[in-house]
Amino acid sequence: MATFGNLSDRLAETFKNLRTKGKLSAADVDGTVREIRRALLDADVALDVVKEFTGKVRERALGDEVSKALNPAQQVVRIVNEELVEILGGQQRRLEFAKKPPTIIMLAGLQGAGKTTLAGKLAKWLAKDGHTPVLVAADLQRPNAVTQLQVVGQQAGVAVFAPEPGNGVGNPVQVARDGVKFAQQKMHDVVIVDTAGRLGVDADMMKQASDIRAAIGPDEVLFVIDAMIGQDAVATAKAFQDGVDFTGVVLTKLDGDARGGAALSVASITGRPIMFASTGESLDDFEPFHPDRMASRILDLGDILTLIEQAQGAFDEDEARKMAEKFSTDTFTLDDFLGQMQQLRNMGSIKKMMSMLPGAGAMKQQLENFDEREIVRTEAIIQSMTKAERTTPKLLNGSRRLRIARGAGSTVTEVNQLVQRFEQAAKMMKTVAKGGMPNIPGMGPMAGAGLGGNRGKQQPKKKGSKSGNPARRAAENAALASGEKPAGAIAAGGTGFGLGGGKPVAGKTGGPTEDEMAALQKMLGR
Amino acid sequence: MAERTSWSLSGALRGMFTKQTIDDDTWDDLEDALIQADFGPAVTDAIVAELRAKVARYHTTDPVDLQRMLREGIEERLARHDPTLTLSARPAVVLVVGVNGVGKTTTIGKFAKFLRGYDRSVLIGAADTFRAAAVEQLATWAERAGADIVRPQAHGQDPASVAFQTVQKAMNEGIEIVLIDTAGRLQTKGGLMDELTKIRRVIEKQTPIAEVLLVLDATTGQNGLAQAEAFIEHAGVTGLVLTKLDGSAKGGFVLAVQEKTGIPIKLVGQGEGINDLTGFTPHVFAQQLVG
Repeated sequence: MATFGNLSDRLAETFKNLRTKGKLSAADVDGTVREIRRALLDADVALDVVKEFTGKVRERALGDEVSKALNPAQQVVRIVNEELVEILGGQQRRLEFAKKPPTIIMLAGLQGAGKTTLAGKLAKWLAKDGHTPVLVAADLQRPNAVTQLQVVGQQAGVAVFAPEPGNGVGNPVQVARDGVKFAQQKMHDVVIVDTAGRLGVDADMMKQASDIRAAIGPDEVLFVIDAMIGQDAVATAKAFQDGVDFTGVVLTKLDGDARGGAALSVASITGRPIMFASTGESLDDFEPFHPDRMASRILDLGDILTLIEQAQGAFDEDEARKMAEKFSTDTFTLDDFLGQMQQLRNMGSIKKMMSMLPGAGAMKQQLENFDEREIVRTEAIIQSMTKAERTTPKLLNGSRRLRIARGAGSTVTEVNQLVQRFEQAAKMMKTVAKGGMPNIPGMGPMAGAGLGGNRGKQQPKKKGSKSGNPARRAAENAALASGEKPAGAIAAGGTGFGLGGGKPVAGKTGGPTEDEMAALQKMLGR
Repeated sequence: MAERTSWSLSGALRGMFTKQTIDDDTWDDLEDALIQADFGPAVTDAIVAELRAKVARYHTTDPVDLQRMLREGIEERLARHDPTLTLSARPAVVLVVGVNGVGKTTTIGKFAKFLRGYDRSVLIGAADTFRAAAVEQLATWAERAGADIVRPQAHGQDPASVAFQTVQKAMNEGIEIVLIDTAGRLQTKGGLMDELTKIRRVIEKQTPIAEVLLVLDATTGQNGLAQAEAFIEHAGVTGLVLTKLDGSAKGGFVLAVQEKTGIPIKLVGQGEGINDLTGFTPHVFAQQLVG
């Protein structure tokens, strides 16, 4: 109890003990289960869910499955992973839109859960998808909640329907009803109704919420819950289920260090899926929730799939193809290096991305120390070079380097380091490109090498090769090395990261999404 | 199991205390009840072990004794620290900090009213310049409480400068108590936590800070401890405020927070009304909790 780690850390610790053993005895299982129980309770998973969970794990761990296994630790990881996915609500679900617009979405939850902010995020997200949402200010309770929604709506660039000033004035049921009418008249295809925060024990307020629900007949009622909530999540969730019968759950403040244990069990206790996760204060920090991915995050496998998706979203396919060509023909220049780095930045905060990598739990400290401005500095150095220098780095003699250092406001040492890194990268990429074996060789050294600021710069290359190179390689080498298959594009990414983290947990994670897990497992080489 | 009508643990405990004798089920029920009240596994184990020892020592089998011991045990743990607010400095500057959505702004409104009730002059500084409409929300509370407010001149102004201006105004005008609202921040955000340190530093250039109150939401689970540790490190917290106790959450984690950090609970918020804030009394708290 001395170290107050989060669920990830605790389970990792548990499994470390387990991994040192050759095989699993009944006493081992009991010990492990006790640790898991403790870890889950520390992570605020509801007691009932913990009991059910540990019961299942114990039963399965003591069954045939484990005693026949080659590596018991891997087996337990797999069991825990599978059970976690089940707790987290099995499959993900998307928003259901009404057949006849407008689609009505109602938000409900405790005070301070983050409903108003979430309304803005959801609206922005929907607007990005080509919808025309309108926010309805039906929180007339909290002082200036209406004003806050107006500001949020403005930031998100969506319309806000706020006929009442709030602060206790006006009838929220009426506002909600009028809001839907307003949307019909103005042709908004989605209506998001923000309601006042209320306690599960407040009968009057719950009645009001159910009145609002009855008045507008929403297609989705989203229960917004703070990831930091404790055991009370169960009582509150049940109260809201009885009161407004929500259809989905949104988990907020996941950017904190709470694992959201109790909130996760809400899904299993109420049988409603967690649909979205909110991960920061900016309106863009919002994503669909993936139960299976969350489970591997808890197990510290890293949120590999989310990461890959983000990387691919930001990475331009054509660009990648060109890059692959450059690697193989040895014409990779500092300009390309820079280009890749800039693309990487599009992917959003590197820190955030790195924290999704497997094994990041252990690297947290280093992540904290990592300075994103390092990339900016590298950019500055490259931009201080002439065109000729960028295409043929061999030109860079002492006096040129001095000039560049001055221009970029850095030192010659830094310039030297950059050039060195670039050369290594170019060489590595060339090997990779010729070899047909995607990223794995590159990744190893990468991950091992950089603890400090250097990481940032090296990463861009990886990204590039991951997305682009494997696909191209695969195409070219299809005839020869068909063993790896084009699937490499996705798998390769995962692999690299897996190796990077060098995290132990890996192993047989067969469970929920067979294909992905199988690929991952292969990558991890276990 | 999840009784929703009462804040007290009594519902969860009623079953065990109506039994004739203490048996294994009693202990299991007790453990479950404590865990469900968010005491956390460590504190729960400690309390249960302590009670087991006491029960063995006094050779009692009566659950009523056990209930009394539980109440006394919790009260004793809570009473180890002094819950009195020190507001004798003039001006007495109170900085209010916490994560997002725990009720900082509401607490300030209620606290201002509370102080106005004792006829103290109060000035509120709206240093939450980040969240949309936070200043307006605070202004509404200030008006209700009959307190003056210092607003930022522009949206997104450096909160430290708002704090500075507030304290300056209080000193110039001889206002007795200054309450400063800050933006909610998750304890994991290094940059934002540093901002708090800066606000503190800037205020202290003019006058010592009387109290730094960390607002904790009773519905929070074990993460509350991580919150407290981070805020103590960066903001030098001197007291805790426990809010939203009018819900079904018991806020058991504060016991762990108080024990681990040595920072006492000083105020308790129990509703959205302006008068729903009271000082913290260990005896009353334990009594209500255990029933």
